[in-house]
Amino acid sequence: MPFVYNFPFFSIFICMISGIVTPLLKNGRWAYRLSLFASGAGVLLSGVLLGRIGPANESFSFMMGHFPAPWGNELSVGPLEAVLATAVCLVMMMALLGGSRDIFEDVLPEKQKLYFIMMDEILAALLALTYTNDIFTAYVFIEISTIAACAIVMAKDASATLVATMRYLIMSLLGSGLVLIGIVLLYCITGHLLFPSLQQWVLELVATGQYTIPLTVVVGLIVLGLGIKSAMFPFHLWLPPAHGSATTASSSVLSGLVVKGYIILMIRLFYKVFTIEVIRELRVTNMIFLFGLAGMIIGSIGAMKEGHIKRMLAYSSVAQLGYVFMGIGLGTDIGIMAACFQILVHACTKPMLFSCASALSAGRHHNKKLHALRGAAYENKLAGIGFTVGALSMIGIPLFAGFAAKVFFASATMAQPVKMWMTLLTLALSTVLNALYYIPAVTVLWSRPAEGETGEKQPVHPAFAVSTVVFIAAVFFLGICYEPVVTLIQNGLALL
Amino acid sequence: MEHLLINHYETAAVILFGIGFLNLLLQNNLVKKVIGVGIMDSSVYLFLASQGYIEGRLAPILVGEVANAADYINPIPAGLVLTGIVVSVSVTAFSLALIQRLYQKYKTVNFDEIVQLARQKGDE
Repeated sequence: MPFVYNFPFFSIFICMISGIVTPLLKNGRWAYRLSLFASGAGVLLSGVLLGRIGPANESFSFMMGHFPAPWGNELSVGPLEAVLATAVCLVMMMALLGGSRDIFEDVLPEKQKLYFIMMDEILAALLALTYTNDIFTAYVFIEISTIAACAIVMAKDASATLVATMRYLIMSLLGSGLVLIGIVLLYCITGHLLFPSLQQWVLELVATGQYTIPLTVVVGLIVLGLGIKSAMFPFHLWLPPAHGSATTASSSVLSGLVVKGYIILMIRLFYKVFTIEVIRELRVTNMIFLFGLAGMIIGSIGAMKEGHIKRMLAYSSVAQLGYVFMGIGLGTDIGIMAACFQILVHACTKPMLFSCASALSAGRHHNKKLHALRGAAYENKLAGIGFTVGALSMIGIPLFAGFAAKVFFASATMAQPVKMWMTLLTLALSTVLNALYYIPAVTVLWSRPAEGETGEKQPVHPAFAVSTVVFIAAVFFLGICYEPVVTLIQNGLALL
Repeated sequence: MEHLLINHYETAAVILFGIGFLNLLLQNNLVKKVIGVGIMDSSVYLFLASQGYIEGRLAPILVGEVANAADYINPIPAGLVLTGIVVSVSVTAFSLALIQRLYQKYKTVNFDEIVQLARQKGDE
């Protein structure tokens, strides 16, 4: 076995170890450095892995411990997993850099170390959800990321965050309860936990027509549970308060990564356990498709009504997640490819928007109401540019990443006449709605402030500058040179 | 109906799951919500444990030489239950800590009242 095949395991393990070591460190600053190191190591390891298996177009399973399949635990890695893992680690690192100033202001000094433990655990859980080949391991990591995600919301000790955390926790627990019962039922009718063995038995059950109803219930429960946790419409109401009130890095990580972790797992389950043909036959994709379309519109309408910039961005996440669900709902390889691409686009754009919004409000006594931010872009030009780039990408202007994603969605629908019209109309409407709240926000930021409304000029924080520049580069990269990324995703999906 | 009686463990588990789920969803009292989570999780463990048990077979513990694998019950569900218990203990602990925090701030564990108080303060 080549040494590079150990890297997925190493990247998960480094995060978990740094979480365990963090309490021994002197203070929050060192914990921050260790978290940066863990995510940086993740970028490096996943990047090298991607460089190896991407061009060679290969996939492999990695045996955890000494028990071979079907008894032991496994990781399975292909180009898709490697791309997603690299992006997850990179976004995590940049979100930490971009939000670092706010973390040390918002979180009590004695709690800062604990905050970074949670960040490490979230990264470990996300990587594990991306790589795991065992459905019960997936459940355990779902719960780990639930607890850690709630903890990073409540890290900012304000009453709004406590209430938001409670809502988030209740919905998350409902979701994981449903996923758990779904997994247990699946185990009962198949007798396996590893994805390949599960798939073999699911296909046999479908072929012989046995246990059709339990199988449908299982798919329904798992999709519903994961949907609740990833804010699928109509279960999205917990998201805006939680993502809007948390500290900057938490909002970035939650919006950019945590909700996506469950969607990645859903896609992998669809391919590796149930197979996409069975999912299509059970008509689950049609439900997901409709929920996705509704989410795109409802999320944007929510954002239009919001005057608080971070909650507006959070509502926009609901709309963007709607795109992802719409892509999955198309139920074709190209639709799901577009959904995966949209996951990457949103993961690079939303954290940048959150950290720029916070940097802009820093000069206005952290007032995050839009009307208080008139002209704030002149006080921190880099944040202003970052926010503008992010907003244009979310609207879907050509050359920006969001445009490429929308083109893929539109072309993915061409084979299905009914879904095509619904998708194209909703895409158009949603683009207009996106523009209706992002353009005014950008205009407010760049208009000349009235007398007495100006804040102080903000010095550019080096960590923030690095993160914004990297994010802007990523947005343009995905918007212009998307070809290699798309090829990797397509090859990865074919190998799943 | 007969099936429900034969599979009485599973029937009980499903009923308990429903009770727990509704408690979590509909109760206003946060502590009762957490109890709902507890009932929900326990029902899943009951379900799993009953699936793993096979009438008339031995506990999967080796004494002396290896006997026939068909003499033992399935140990995997028990392993899953153990893992699940660890998860639910940590979730319960976390939820109770959060509820305690909310109680210190608002002097109530009724979620509707908490939301209202937070709104009055204008920071919700």
